[in-house]
Amino acid sequence: MTDVSGGIGWWGVPLAVLGGAIRVSTPFLLVSLGECITEKSGRINLGLEGVLIMGAMAGYGASLYSGSPWIGVVAAGLVGSMFGLLHGLLCSLRRVNDIAIGISIMMLGTGLAFFLGKPLVQPQAPMLPSIPFGFWSDSPQIQSALQINPLFLIGVALAVILHFAFRHTRWGLQLRIVGDSEDAARALGFSVIPTRIMATVTGGFLAGVGGAFLSLYYPGSWNEGLSSGQGIIAVALVIFARWEPMRCLWASLLFGGAGALGPALQAMGITSGYYLLNAAPYVLTLGILIATCAPNRKISGAPGELSLVRQ
Amino acid sequence: MSKIDLNRRKALLTLGGTAAAATMMSFTGRFALAADNLTVGVIYVGPRNDFGYNQSQAQAAMAVKKMPGIKMIDEEKVPETIAVQKTMEAMIEQDGAKLIFATSFGYFNPYVLKMAEKYPQVRFAHCGGMWTDKDPKNAGSFFGYIDECEYLSGVVAAHASKTKKAGFIAAKPIPQVLRNINSFTLGAQSVDPTFTTHVIFTGDWSMPVKEAEAANGLIDQGCDVLTCHVDGPKVIVETAEKRGVYSCGYHADQAALAPKGYLTGAEWQWATPYKMLVEAAQTGKPMINFLRGGLKEGFVKMSPYGSAVPAKGKQMADSIKAKMMKGEFTIFKGPIKDNTGKVVIAAGTSQEQQDVALEQMNYLVAGVVGKI
Amino acid sequence: MLILNEAIMAKILPNRFIVSMEGILIPLGALLVAMLLFAVFVFSVGQSPLEVFYLLYKGAFGSSFSWQNTLLRASPLILTGLAVAIPAQAGMVIIGGEGALALGALLAAVAAIALAGFPPLIVQAGMLIAGALIGAFWIGLSGWLRNYRGVNETISSLLLSYIGIALLNHFVEGPLKDPASLNKPSTQPIGDANMIGNLPGLDVHYGLVIGAACALIAWFVLKFTTTGFALKLVGGNPRASQMAGLRVNLWIVGAAAAGGAAAGLAGAIEVAAVQGAANSAVVAGYGYAGILVAFLARQNPLAIIPVAILIGGINASGGMLQRRLDMPDASVLVLQGIVFVVILTSDTLMGRYRARKQLAVPATSKVAMAGGATT
Repeated sequence: MTDVSGGIGWWGVPLAVLGGAIRVSTPFLLVSLGECITEKSGRINLGLEGVLIMGAMAGYGASLYSGSPWIGVVAAGLVGSMFGLLHGLLCSLRRVNDIAIGISIMMLGTGLAFFLGKPLVQPQAPMLPSIPFGFWSDSPQIQSALQINPLFLIGVALAVILHFAFRHTRWGLQLRIVGDSEDAARALGFSVIPTRIMATVTGGFLAGVGGAFLSLYYPGSWNEGLSSGQGIIAVALVIFARWEPMRCLWASLLFGGAGALGPALQAMGITSGYYLLNAAPYVLTLGILIATCAPNRKISGAPGELSLVRQ
Repeated sequence: MSKIDLNRRKALLTLGGTAAAATMMSFTGRFALAADNLTVGVIYVGPRNDFGYNQSQAQAAMAVKKMPGIKMIDEEKVPETIAVQKTMEAMIEQDGAKLIFATSFGYFNPYVLKMAEKYPQVRFAHCGGMWTDKDPKNAGSFFGYIDECEYLSGVVAAHASKTKKAGFIAAKPIPQVLRNINSFTLGAQSVDPTFTTHVIFTGDWSMPVKEAEAANGLIDQGCDVLTCHVDGPKVIVETAEKRGVYSCGYHADQAALAPKGYLTGAEWQWATPYKMLVEAAQTGKPMINFLRGGLKEGFVKMSPYGSAVPAKGKQMADSIKAKMMKGEFTIFKGPIKDNTGKVVIAAGTSQEQQDVALEQMNYLVAGVVGKI
Repeated sequence: MLILNEAIMAKILPNRFIVSMEGILIPLGALLVAMLLFAVFVFSVGQSPLEVFYLLYKGAFGSSFSWQNTLLRASPLILTGLAVAIPAQAGMVIIGGEGALALGALLAAVAAIALAGFPPLIVQAGMLIAGALIGAFWIGLSGWLRNYRGVNETISSLLLSYIGIALLNHFVEGPLKDPASLNKPSTQPIGDANMIGNLPGLDVHYGLVIGAACALIAWFVLKFTTTGFALKLVGGNPRASQMAGLRVNLWIVGAAAAGGAAAGLAGAIEVAAVQGAANSAVVAGYGYAGILVAFLARQNPLAIIPVAILIGGINASGGMLQRRLDMPDASVLVLQGIVFVVILTSDTLMGRYRARKQLAVPATSKVAMAGGATT
């Protein structure tokens, strides 16, 4: 058994925040990046919570039956895409409210996942590997905090790529114009509905992969309580990040790190008020939101066609 | 089964029946079959297959189902709201249930009490509640003294641990949980008085991400044995195994999840009290109002020892277990101070397992790091 | 096929009748389609769809017991549905009803403790008012933040919801805990005398009446008073309303507060009529279910009542599916998901008939082409 004789005292708190920021943020990161793409195209998909759970179940099941966690990740992404396609198609119909459809798909996805996932609770599926970025340290705690999963790295890379792509590629331009003004898009010859559907499918794919992270790495298990609103929060984080991929990254890290604060402080013996400590990420996010918004200024960067922010 | 087939064939023959008619007949046929049996209803607060608490109840329900003359119906994920009151009523009104197992503490007040008053002919067995003389006679509570197993887990953990620090991840600081934390710590301290238990409360019964974070945090603080009191210990045991530390299980046997680090665990055997209550109902004996039992009565049991348990640990645990089986061992024997320094059990006094004061526990013993 | 139906209907029924019945026929038709889809799902997992539907009917509406079960479960959903529908009139998307409900429950329990010793009617009134006030404050905060700080109300209400629930848990298990509540941490019980009772002869508490009354009042105000008109104006075009002299800020915060009051009231009723104390069990997803009820009812307070009863019925009959057919609890979620998706998608059919009929001009004319075109 590993020797953990050296408890690291108060260093445990910032280390846990760092580790948590990396570990816990990954599903938020992937889902919010996916939703960022979707919302840039002018559609909001609140169903990502259901997609996340569905992806977690599908990924776990695929990994269990195939023996390879990476197949699980791909399966999760594909399942997520299917739900994204459903959402995209349904919302392309006239007069259909995308917020309402999103919440319905959340319910449907959650129900299907729980239903189909019943036989997956007992067995253990192969887990995703992680890269030990802490190999330089002797301390097992630092080593553990710096065990980084490839999906996190993919998420970070994706944030950078999207940041660049939104601004400097034709594809990014098309996405943004479709999301900002349908008339301008048509004038420029961009097809509105297929673009939106593709964006929603991509968002679903990423959300599914985010779910696979939960079930195949951290916490690395499938049961019915796996997600506690992470999908919905991720959608909120996109708005918090003003639809900027890099800010999605920072927002996810902030949220993940703040979420690790509660348990870390408790491990130090500070247990009173742990409900309030566990609410830290929400308080922090709300605080920053209030501090950085200004009245009478339309939320800059909001895609014009997004139903949520239409004034 | 044959009764149903007969009905079906009859329907097909006499009505020249369509599939619909056959389905209807098989449905009513199934219902008619229930009339001779005692219908037992079981209600779970979470999913039946959570690898933990609800699953342990479901296993007992399955055992009851196999008993002759019993029809068992159950519902999972029933929240502690008006929904459970209606569920109980539905089981009675629609399915003719005569004995209901309400397996979550929060069901008792006001729901079980209200239903017990409304249906005096139906028996209500509540898990974990505090039935008193003021409550209806057709209601009762049952529970297991799992703290005996926690004590033994503590003994084993103290032998295996090198840092003499254990991490305990708990949902909420309610008396049942506190009793487990304290028993575990007292057991460990009987081996090494300097043993400490670090407690983290996650706030709810099933929060996998928080539980994983708590597990990692405790291990970072130097705990090399993890145990828990949450609805589904799977995540915590798996996290302990990934980080290479020991673990003690709860509710059910999680040894399969941690082949290297699993020491032992505290498990329920709800089938024992379930069967006692069902038999009382079947034979018309009065409802057992206050049913408790520990290792001796078979209400709880220990998981088999893992490979990492040193021989001395096994010996000591086995000898204490033997004393418990004879009813000769007291866990809560004075003097005991809580972790703020106050004396909670005076020197010379002790609280036996059946002592009701133990079911109202509101302190953490000295050596537990954490506040309620 | 749709065209055929419309053609047939056009011959049988007068035009205006069809147009006005659209609001009921289309959702009903969608419900049937949803049931069909669920039947396919049920069949694919090896159960008989007919048995399932029989049980769904029996469990929801089949007997006096089932009816009361349904109504009881529908009662909180009416109020949490209003919590979404009223702010929606002003153009806001509020999804924080769960937190407002939690705080409403907490404050109601506190009010009961503070008013202990007074006659029951006073205590009950105090509880309901306290719950409504804190709910109004909490969601009103969201509206205020939107107007005065430009913070999107959907996120702020969501975050406030989590914070509200955390506050409830903190107080209920900490400073306000009743030591005698043992393994179910709760506030001091309000006492049997102070509980809101059942409707005469029924097993359904007065909360249903309170909820229905609120829905009726909301509908009346929105449809027939200048307040309602002004609210819709603000929701439709804030800039124009401002120019017309309406104090938009006040209306928006007011609408949010009114919605929050409904959610807080739901929490207070949970304590006063069901739990008898505030504890974490009041957070049972009523707020989130209310979002769906509101959207399904197209934010119409009157329609919220039947939709809430529908959802209550599905929840009530879910138990029967579990007990009789051994189906897991998740089947009810799947059913609800399918129902919602199909009914909400059917929105696209609304107005189609009107569009076609009104343009009874040669199909080749530009007007007809423009009217029938879809985005």
